[in-house]
Amino acid sequence: MGLLSDPNRRRALISLLTRLNAPICVLCYFAAVCWFMGLSFEPFTLRTYMSENAMGSTMVEERFPAGERALATAKEFGAHKKKVGGMPVDWLVKTMQARGLEVFTQRFSRTLPFPDENNERYIVEGTNVYGILRAPRAPRTEALVLSAPCSPGDDNNQAVGLLLGLAHYFRSKSIFWAKDIIFLVNEHDLIGMQAWLEGYHHTNTTGMDWSPLQGRGGSIQAALSLELSSDVVTSLDIVLEGLNGQLPNLDLANLFYAFCQKIGVLCTIQGRIQRNDWDSVSGYSHAVQTMMLMVMKQASGRSWGDHGLFLRYHIEAATIKGINSFRQYKTDATTVGRLLEGMYRKLNNLLERLHQSYFFYLMPSLSHFVSIGYYMPAFGLLAVILLLRALDLWVQLATPPSRNEDGVADIEQSSTGVLSVLTPLVISHLTGAALYMLPVRFQEMAVEHFQVSETEAVVLTAIAVYTGGLALPHNTHRYWLISGEGTEQGWRVLKLVAVLYLAVLLGCTALINFSLGFILALTLVPVASFVTPHVPKLLSAVVLVILSPAFTLLFSVFIFQELQEMPVSFQDGWMLYLSVISQGILDHYLYGSLVYPLIALMVYPCWLLFWNILFWK
Amino acid sequence: MAAYVNRCSNLLVFIFILSVFLFVDSQQTTPVNEQHTNTADNPQPAAESATQTAEEGRWEATEVDEAALGDSAADKLGVRASDTFVLTPTPQPKDDFQEELVIRPLHSGDIYASFQFRTLWETDFMRENKVSHYRLFPKSLGQVISKFSVRELHISFTQGYWRTMQWGQPFLPSPPGAELWVWFQDSVTDVDAAWKELTNVLSGIFCASLNFIDSTNTVQPSASFKPLGIVNETDHRFLRYATLPREIVCTENLTPWKKLLPCGSKAGLAVLLKSEKLFHSSFFSQTVHIRPVCQDRECKTTSWELRQTLNVVFDLHTSGQGKREWSLFKMFSRTLTEACPLASSSKIYIDVTDNPQEEYFELSPATPLLSQAVVLGDRRTFSVYDLTQQVTFGTVRSLNLLIRWKSTEGDMLRPLLHAERYVAGYGLQTGEIHTVMYNNHPFRSFPVLLLDSVPWYLRLYIHTLTVTSKGKDNTPSYIHYQPSKDRMRPHLLEMLVQLPPHSVTEVTVQFERALLKWTEYTPDPNHGFYVGSSVISALVPSSVAMDTNITQEQPLFSSFFPCKEESSYFVRVYTEPLLVNLPTPDFSMPYNVICLTCTVVAVGYGSLYNLLTRSFQIEEPNPRLAKKIANFIRRIRGVPLLS
Repeated sequence: MGLLSDPNRRRALISLLTRLNAPICVLCYFAAVCWFMGLSFEPFTLRTYMSENAMGSTMVEERFPAGERALATAKEFGAHKKKVGGMPVDWLVKTMQARGLEVFTQRFSRTLPFPDENNERYIVEGTNVYGILRAPRAPRTEALVLSAPCSPGDDNNQAVGLLLGLAHYFRSKSIFWAKDIIFLVNEHDLIGMQAWLEGYHHTNTTGMDWSPLQGRGGSIQAALSLELSSDVVTSLDIVLEGLNGQLPNLDLANLFYAFCQKIGVLCTIQGRIQRNDWDSVSGYSHAVQTMMLMVMKQASGRSWGDHGLFLRYHIEAATIKGINSFRQYKTDATTVGRLLEGMYRKLNNLLERLHQSYFFYLMPSLSHFVSIGYYMPAFGLLAVILLLRALDLWVQLATPPSRNEDGVADIEQSSTGVLSVLTPLVISHLTGAALYMLPVRFQEMAVEHFQVSETEAVVLTAIAVYTGGLALPHNTHRYWLISGEGTEQGWRVLKLVAVLYLAVLLGCTALINFSLGFILALTLVPVASFVTPHVPKLLSAVVLVILSPAFTLLFSVFIFQELQEMPVSFQDGWMLYLSVISQGILDHYLYGSLVYPLIALMVYPCWLLFWNILFWK
Repeated sequence: MAAYVNRCSNLLVFIFILSVFLFVDSQQTTPVNEQHTNTADNPQPAAESATQTAEEGRWEATEVDEAALGDSAADKLGVRASDTFVLTPTPQPKDDFQEELVIRPLHSGDIYASFQFRTLWETDFMRENKVSHYRLFPKSLGQVISKFSVRELHISFTQGYWRTMQWGQPFLPSPPGAELWVWFQDSVTDVDAAWKELTNVLSGIFCASLNFIDSTNTVQPSASFKPLGIVNETDHRFLRYATLPREIVCTENLTPWKKLLPCGSKAGLAVLLKSEKLFHSSFFSQTVHIRPVCQDRECKTTSWELRQTLNVVFDLHTSGQGKREWSLFKMFSRTLTEACPLASSSKIYIDVTDNPQEEYFELSPATPLLSQAVVLGDRRTFSVYDLTQQVTFGTVRSLNLLIRWKSTEGDMLRPLLHAERYVAGYGLQTGEIHTVMYNNHPFRSFPVLLLDSVPWYLRLYIHTLTVTSKGKDNTPSYIHYQPSKDRMRPHLLEMLVQLPPHSVTEVTVQFERALLKWTEYTPDPNHGFYVGSSVISALVPSSVAMDTNITQEQPLFSSFFPCKEESSYFVRVYTEPLLVNLPTPDFSMPYNVICLTCTVVAVGYGSLYNLLTRSFQIEEPNPRLAKKIANFIRRIRGVPLLS
């Protein structure tokens, strides 16, 4: 800092930075991309290890025997489900009671803001059934949750069967347990889970109707959600990404991995098997793709399984999915049951909540992880570009008008600057607010006037407002003729504000949800750096639009499909894109996902500011 | 009623009479009840110990169907008492010891076993310091009473939570963890000091962490904990109440508790108290209650009562191995062979109310003795085994009760009053405590006293307190609130709430989680912090007339809470304790954190502040000495200075 307090050297440094600004920015950008791509290179990552002592050294012996019986129960459950045409509440209550649990039910209902065409639901009514296995001599202060969604059709019957089988086995061995275990079968997957969690914690964040819960087990320490749709599985997949990009403690993933290794079950993350040839190109690209999938999923801010909603309540949770592919080696239900038994007995040993290991990480494979300390520099390099640009602008603003030291002249400058900046800021944010409010508010009107369904109406309104926003800057010019002062000065002030705004916005986003922050930074930072009123208009406008948040989403959809090895045609991709938008809006209204409001209220207005600068007159 | 007059001295006659009684068993309930009242009305000349014990024996004889056995017991006791009378000319300490075991097959298929031991001693610990000769009463506790001028002392150690919805009401409720409440004599000047010292002494006696009781978890309830013994003052300045919800109860607490018994664990019912079985259960609770009680109806003389109870619930599933049957041996890994020789009465009661035709379970060996008692607002029938009778043990000289279940377990119960509590909300800043109370009585409303003691680190927002029943506001008729002081004392909230019939009443209050100083965190801060159970005390409407006569001979388990009116009975319900997470720093790398924070503050903040607040100007280098001198001369000459 002595460097900066010496005016001569400060001047020299600043002149160096302004002179070499563009090359440094380009260098930083490529360094950031390279750093990020290097993250999944195995020698640069850390091996996962169990941090929690209570789960580490004490190995448990799993003895769950009743896989066949669980599958029989699953069949019975499937038959009853078919007969009732939904969740067989009475049968479940009776079955759980017969297994010696305290059984309770919860009714819930929710009217969606607009029909969900992917899951074909609009007015949702359902019942959650849960049974509590009371731990002997424990005062109901801690609990673990095992849940299985009751899906429509024949899906997931095996999960419910295994859940009931485990309940029976756990009850008969109830001397183990130091924490109550809650066995939950939730209807309408995430909506039911949301209702149950809100009921359990007596909060209401999303305006759902539910009946209050009668029985509780204290504070929930950890939860697993089970998805099994076949009698045998080839591999088990763990899903970690939760609402708003939250992740459970890494120890939960470690626990799963450790037991898969012990029992000899093939385990995957992102549905991709781990490879050992990290030094080959294909091995490396495999790891990159796995990590990119995680980044994409995390950035979406969705809950990728029923577990995702637990994370808001500081409950570590993951979804375990059984995958049945065409491989030779199969795992039967008994083994899956043993795996779950082992995991629960380890979790039961916990003395404190899972807190020892990382909460912020990326996983290029199940055995390796990238911690926050390793991936943050990639984002930091991008953020530096914004700060360098801001410095450059500041110097440009400060130097030409007056050489007379500092103070008076600058203040006058900035006061006119602030006034001229205020109008575009307000207008672009109003556009953002319109993007947030209008689609859902005006769906009825849209349906009346156009031949579209409600869902289409919402999505198309959103796109219309978004594109409508692009037309605004030309109009806003007229309002700020008052500023009169040289427009050269005006756009610089506006750009300075916009660049700093973007830097703060992306910085905060990346702290909470690195993936989202990084993807946004990757596209918005170039925009923020190059845009001036003097660049070729048409070309720049095209580039600007292509790098706008909406197109980022479009590209992400295609890349995601590509990574999942399910490439789509442009037509299908477009339809997918529309449904992704509607899902994003629904996620916000149903579960409180923050990505939609973040994009609509903050990122999009910020981008509009740059659009504004481009068309500065 | 011939047998009542006759004294049986010979076994043949005895058996004959017994068989007669077996025959008339079914028709005898009403006359015996008359007998009860008759004897109760007779004033008892309780002057000498010998006659008194004999009289007691006679009382016992008025119990249903127990005439013959009770009489012979009285004989035996009378002999023993007169023996001591003859041997020692000085008056003996008038003490008496009773033990009983109540076994209640629960609705859920579990088994509830409750041991009750009572030592009565007619003495005065307070008058002078001369009480030095102890017989049945444990000396350690006697000294505690006299040293600290204790009027009443109640301790309970509990592992597990009583499941009211499955098990109904316990005979004697207790909260998870340790609970201690003490009434001091009004002669005590510094109650807090006495309390502090007393908790430390008790901590030593019971090998428990009672020494963790300090001012931050002690409260003085104004209404919820009234004295249970003879009442002459109820100024709550002399009351102290504290709970330790985190206390873990195990063998080391059981052993000193067993040592307080006159027979230790050598004889009598206490031989069953094997820790490896008792702690292999769903619920375990041991208590000690000391209080002054009336000796007789007029309450001319008082005596000290020491009541030790141990309640345990065994799980049917865990050790049933498919067979649904229970025996004393299975439960306790011991059978009974004798009563405690020092006990004036030693009995086993088995609750057979729900099982008149043996349709739920089968009991063997069968006993002809039946007794009725009014417990918790219900008239229950018990099979009685009197251990002072050799015939109880049969030819094998040991008693191994066997219960064989026939039906499957039932649904959940709907007890008239039950309650639950939980923390609502998410995040580490605020939260809300919900206490839910259920009145399941179809048409009667009744008042309950709710006591909440919340540690200071949950800062209650008392203005957010709401009480709602059936969706409407329910104004408590009495509220006593004492705000907390940080690191000094907890919140105390007491309310008298009327519960409407067949309703759910919800009490909510919001709180803020305090950020503790870093030394105040427990070694396992991420486990969370405990908030003790709230206590709900109520007079619940009774379906049968309650016994208001406190001196009348009753089974021990039904006579703990004094009953003042016939139409209702006293119930105390404890909710579950809460586990609340406070904002916790990452203690795993304090060194890193401290270093980083200091660096950031020192370097980053310091120099940034410097840059922002100072204005920098280029300073001219110092003029040379020659120039200085030249300028000095020039100034004198009045010529312009050199620059």
